[in-house]
Amino acid sequence: MTLGADFTGQKFKSVGTRPLRPDGVDKVTGRARYGADFNMPGQLVGRVLRSPHAHAKIKKIDTSRAEKLKGVKAVITAADLPDLTGGGDMFDILDNCMARKKAFYDGHAVAAVAAIDAPTAKKALKLIKVDYEVLPHVTDVDEAVKPGAPLLHKHMFTGGVEPKPKKPSNIANRCQYGHGDTEAGFKEADVIIERSYRTEQTHQGYIEPHACVASVSPDGTAEMWVCTQGHFVYRQQCAELLGIDVSKLRVTSSEIGGGFGGKTHIWAEPLALALSRKANRPVKLVMSREEVFRASGPTSATSVDVKLGAKKDGTITAAEATLRYSNGPYAGMWAELGAMTSFACYDLTNVKTVGYEVLVNRPKVAAYRAPSAPMAAFAIESAMDELAQQIGMDPVKFRIKNAAKEGTKSSYGPVYGPIGIGPTLEASLKHPHMKAKLGKNQGRGMACGFWFNFGGQTCTDLNIGVDGTVALAVGTVDVGGSRASLSLVCAEELGIPYEQVKAVVADTSTLGHNDMTDGSRGTFSSSMATIFAARNAIKVLRERAAQMWDISVDDVVWEDGQAKAKGQKHGNLAPLSLKEIAAAAPNTGGPIAGHSEIVADGAGVSFATHICDVEVDPETGATRVVRYTVVQDAGKAVHPSYVEGQYQGGAAQGIGWALNEEYIYGKDGRLQNPGFLDYRIPVCSDLPMIDTQILEIPNPKHPYGVRGVGETSIVPPLAAIANAVSNAVGVRMTHIPMSPPRILAALEKKKAH
Amino acid sequence: MGGIAVTTTINGDEVDFVCHAEETLLDVLRDRLGLTGAKEGCGTGDCGACSVIMDGRVVCSCLVLGAEAEGKKIGTVEGMASGDKLHPLQTKFLEHAALQCGVCTPGFLIAAKALLDRNPDPSEEEIRYGLAGNLCRCTGYDKIVRAVQDAAKVMKGA
Repeated sequence: MTLGADFTGQKFKSVGTRPLRPDGVDKVTGRARYGADFNMPGQLVGRVLRSPHAHAKIKKIDTSRAEKLKGVKAVITAADLPDLTGGGDMFDILDNCMARKKAFYDGHAVAAVAAIDAPTAKKALKLIKVDYEVLPHVTDVDEAVKPGAPLLHKHMFTGGVEPKPKKPSNIANRCQYGHGDTEAGFKEADVIIERSYRTEQTHQGYIEPHACVASVSPDGTAEMWVCTQGHFVYRQQCAELLGIDVSKLRVTSSEIGGGFGGKTHIWAEPLALALSRKANRPVKLVMSREEVFRASGPTSATSVDVKLGAKKDGTITAAEATLRYSNGPYAGMWAELGAMTSFACYDLTNVKTVGYEVLVNRPKVAAYRAPSAPMAAFAIESAMDELAQQIGMDPVKFRIKNAAKEGTKSSYGPVYGPIGIGPTLEASLKHPHMKAKLGKNQGRGMACGFWFNFGGQTCTDLNIGVDGTVALAVGTVDVGGSRASLSLVCAEELGIPYEQVKAVVADTSTLGHNDMTDGSRGTFSSSMATIFAARNAIKVLRERAAQMWDISVDDVVWEDGQAKAKGQKHGNLAPLSLKEIAAAAPNTGGPIAGHSEIVADGAGVSFATHICDVEVDPETGATRVVRYTVVQDAGKAVHPSYVEGQYQGGAAQGIGWALNEEYIYGKDGRLQNPGFLDYRIPVCSDLPMIDTQILEIPNPKHPYGVRGVGETSIVPPLAAIANAVSNAVGVRMTHIPMSPPRILAALEKKKAH
Repeated sequence: MGGIAVTTTINGDEVDFVCHAEETLLDVLRDRLGLTGAKEGCGTGDCGACSVIMDGRVVCSCLVLGAEAEGKKIGTVEGMASGDKLHPLQTKFLEHAALQCGVCTPGFLIAAKALLDRNPDPSEEEIRYGLAGNLCRCTGYDKIVRAVQDAAKVMKGA
């Protein structure tokens, strides 16, 4: 792809400024419409019945009494949905939405109803009789791989192993990454450390529960309003699962109240559509918070072994990690992402990572912001810190010595272009935070993080109105201010003021397919498509100006939002503004627009370094983060306020994960804390201000140098905080979250020695 | 079916509605009165997204029954601006980029307004504890605290 300009040293007028977001007033006045804020005439209330068992065979479901209840308009079970047995991924997706033969976790959907109001729907759920045969369950990632563990799937044989295993197992897949010879590398090492780490399962914790309104007509068309990170993908999957023509299902994405990956997967949406089809009425289905915890999200629980070797001069000679990630009941690629990201920050000669996808009786794992990377980083960056200590090197300088750079072959394969790991480390070394004095019971930690960043299918329409204002229709859901950043990019490219652009997220019937807003791709991909759409519009604008002047289009250039005639022969022609050309459009060929349909290749990889100070109360084991600094490469920060917001938000989620958040299962396999009271995410009084430093190492594959910024910020915190806590209490913490009981136990153990 | 007839005042307007005994004030606001600014994030009083002001106090409207609104004065986010003039908190939330997804924002604005109404000059710590009943998962609270600090400054000068 030709980008048409040398991106380095570009001067920007709009990009890099901090205007108010176009959707802002609606959001501070309560006018913005989220998933549950929308209604259709005649709509019914949908509710889902969920398994109380962690693992059970569904022998029979009797819905007859519920169906007879006055006000109930439809009841569905898996029998009302296509049987995709043997259908691979799509079977798994549908089976998770509605259990077919077995309930695989506490909260697994087994039936759903649509009724005239919520009390009737609730009553109907109680009238459904499910005959379960309760089976032994396993919820722990390490227990699930032991011989004799209860098997989730009798026909699951570990993939990625040659020859094919003879016995079934809860390990769905094995993967391996790396290069060189680690065995030889460890022989060269002066110091070797080996450690095992664990992290517990956490939830994305978006404040808005999943919600949708579905309306299926007997004529084969359907509409759905839904909070999602990717309405085109929801459309595709729902249409496929329900046998609806893709183009006949119109999906509109509502404002989204947080997703962090959790709204890249479909959950109850196919059920709402199936209920609507059966009842021939619109159905609104909103999850409760308890349902959100029990049956959507979460991320993996993990168990990771790390072995690192280094010479006394600080050169790492070999690095290995074995990663076991819980997947819930269906095979994913979560350990694989962990295995790929583990050592991505470093330039290593000998590196090997092995990942195991472990099936357990817990909810299906969903993406959570840089999925799988934070847990791997926790293990690797903790071990890096210990290794630095053992060879007597400053932890930052140790990392700088081993940092990946342009030309490094990454541990997961590709060779890096210009990257930010070295610069974020150098900036951290110089940061005043590093030199600040620590108080009593305080410790400082730092850690690095990496995320790939995604590109993918993207499509943008740019329509110029008769008054010269610009309507920008994008297909990536705005999760945190992307309409502002895309308007800035549009204004930049056209050379017009930001206020002259209005960006909207188009529905699936008015724009071509767009992949999800995931992989930090929203602003990266849609800004690329917007730039190309604007360039296509400029081509038309130049043609129209040429026509208005009656000169050759080759003599027309576009500068500062105006068409200018170049050359001496046109010396008397005053420039034509976009507004003037737009006003003349009806007589020069009709509407003026620019479109772009691309696969946005070249998402630049992203790196960050975080610094953190904590104070640990030795009496209670409670930890308080007293200072936090994020240094991250943005490529080019389009709207710096929202870039900072991504850095701060990721850090805060990481702090919650590191110190407090955890799915707690009872012996009965049931989730014991499915609510915000017992699953406590950080509140305002838990946190300090979170300082940010934006570095800009341009991504050569994007016309403005932009990289994704959304996810990397959650990668370093677990390790940065673990390193800080370990420095504060003098005991190495290897189990996340470092809740007060775990810290107290570690302190007791230290005293005993 | 029956129901309970309730007369209350919402954002200065007298409002009559009929609700069932088990309906929450949040249900009534959202489903009967079309005031969807208050959000249901948990339904258990833990997230604060449904915060409204009732007779001068911040309450989680998911923990108040609709019938309890009888004779009360309720303030919701829809009533914060006067005409087309935004409340200083609303303006400062926008200027400081203190919202990302925005779903918690109505609750934060209500809680922050109640805080500044009773304490026009709060310290950072007082702001942090004053807003501790509201969950935000996007921002890490940094920009929210700054927006409230700045709004307090503007309101004192006004």
